[in-house]
Amino acid sequence: MLCCICKEKDAKVHLTQIVGDKMQKVDLCDDCAKQKGVNDPAGFSLADLLLGLGASQEITQGGNPDTKCPHCGFTQADFKKAGRLGCSECYVTFAEGLEGLLKTMHKGTKHIGKVPQSLQQSRDLSEKLKNLQKKLDKAVAEEDFEQAAQVRDEIKTTREKLGELSATP
Amino acid sequence: MSEKSMNIHEFLSSAAESARREGPHNKIVLSSRVRLARNLKGMAFPGWAKKAERVKALEQIRPAVESLPQMSDAFSESMDNLTVLDKNILVERHLISREHAAKNAGSGLVLNREESLCVMINEEDHLRMQALRPGLQLKQAWHAIDQIDSKLEKKLSYAFTGDLGYLTACPTNLGTGIRVSAMLHLPGLVLAEQINQIIQAVNKLGLAVRGLYGEGTEALGNVFQVSNQMTLGEAESDIVERLNKVLAQIIEHEENARAMLLEKKPKSVYNHIGRAYGILANAHSISSKETMNLLSLTRLGVDLNLFTDVERWMVDELFILTQPAHLQRRFSEKLSAEERDLLRADMLRERLRNVSRPKPKSNGGPAGLLSDKQSN
Repeated sequence: MLCCICKEKDAKVHLTQIVGDKMQKVDLCDDCAKQKGVNDPAGFSLADLLLGLGASQEITQGGNPDTKCPHCGFTQADFKKAGRLGCSECYVTFAEGLEGLLKTMHKGTKHIGKVPQSLQQSRDLSEKLKNLQKKLDKAVAEEDFEQAAQVRDEIKTTREKLGELSATP
Repeated sequence: MSEKSMNIHEFLSSAAESARREGPHNKIVLSSRVRLARNLKGMAFPGWAKKAERVKALEQIRPAVESLPQMSDAFSESMDNLTVLDKNILVERHLISREHAAKNAGSGLVLNREESLCVMINEEDHLRMQALRPGLQLKQAWHAIDQIDSKLEKKLSYAFTGDLGYLTACPTNLGTGIRVSAMLHLPGLVLAEQINQIIQAVNKLGLAVRGLYGEGTEALGNVFQVSNQMTLGEAESDIVERLNKVLAQIIEHEENARAMLLEKKPKSVYNHIGRAYGILANAHSISSKETMNLLSLTRLGVDLNLFTDVERWMVDELFILTQPAHLQRRFSEKLSAEERDLLRADMLRERLRNVSRPKPKSNGGPAGLLSDKQSN
């Protein structure tokens, strides 16, 4: 049996991993196993390895194979080789192809969990701004100008806070 | 602030100090770890970035990490200032990954005084920060690293989107960027030949089980690492909780396997442990692989109270000291594998010279033999 990375030497390391109902198998020669860090369990995951082999081809589905990340110049061919992306913008560039890959790999395709605090705050402020705008529209429609003036002030301070947030890193 | 002039060997605790750190369920759970992957907005990931860009990221990240109160007397160094031996020692202490050990200029390491927080800069991602705890303490580790992350996000601008969460070089880490893991010593399940069932069951729950030492799926020293695989679509605290539940079950199975072995095959258990002691205390040449497997059985013997004058930490210390880089550090960097095997055996004989052989409690004599026969 030939190594599925170099396709030259005999495969000596055989890995099988079962995740959910899916069985994944990989056969490697000693050199490729070493290079891929197979003997370093702390830094090794079969999913990562598969990504560098066949699974990464999924990124080419539905997208133009010549697509290049405008930000870092990374291409789909690079992803096939490395199993890693070039920069955070690549997630936008290759979004279409990545979606299927993420589905097979993860529990969901939408992030649940920690959000950087500044982002959480600006999210909350944007939400507040939306509600205030509604309140303002209502007050104007009802010709309650005292209320409208109050809401307008509130909108102004909220906008300022939001501006401050986006100014910091 | 950071002790840049300090040598990593002066900084690191001794193997004995490291082995003496104890935590809950230490008999079975060696250590807990939570790792977060983070990247800077607008910069290429380390594997794709040019060297100048990596250096730029390092120069931005390193001072931010060093300025954390938790890192007030940390060891902070660029990877090109560490020797290959330094790096291998750090790998053997499970403080950095093998991948990070291969890095040079443009990558860095910040390690706190207690060796409980370790930040790898420009590994696969710009930041790989991990909290380590002895025994089973996943929640504590998560809270510790969560705090570090919350402080760093005020100084650094992370690549994050509402839909995909924290953006990582490899899509397998996307979302929370979290890897929660525990290192387990499972000689009972291995001897009872139940380990494969356990591994398969745990895999079905979307968790990975790997041998910690050794190649591929082979587990040396009966040490296994259990960790989450999926990072997108599940909150950090839920992942920690899920792993905790599974670990509680594995611990129970390991305890049951040990009790079952003692009841049904006491002679077989005593035979394994007695032979392990015999070889470790008398060999004149021994490989690191054989050493780890025999030390694992000795550790089991300590857990079963067969040794009157050995404590668990002494075995754990030997686990560390007999690894290749630690031997090289102690004797010489230029040791061949054969020379290491001789020195390793010398060290083990010396350490075990005053240790009396393992004694089974009640059924060690002919009566024990009978009871084994009856149970067959």
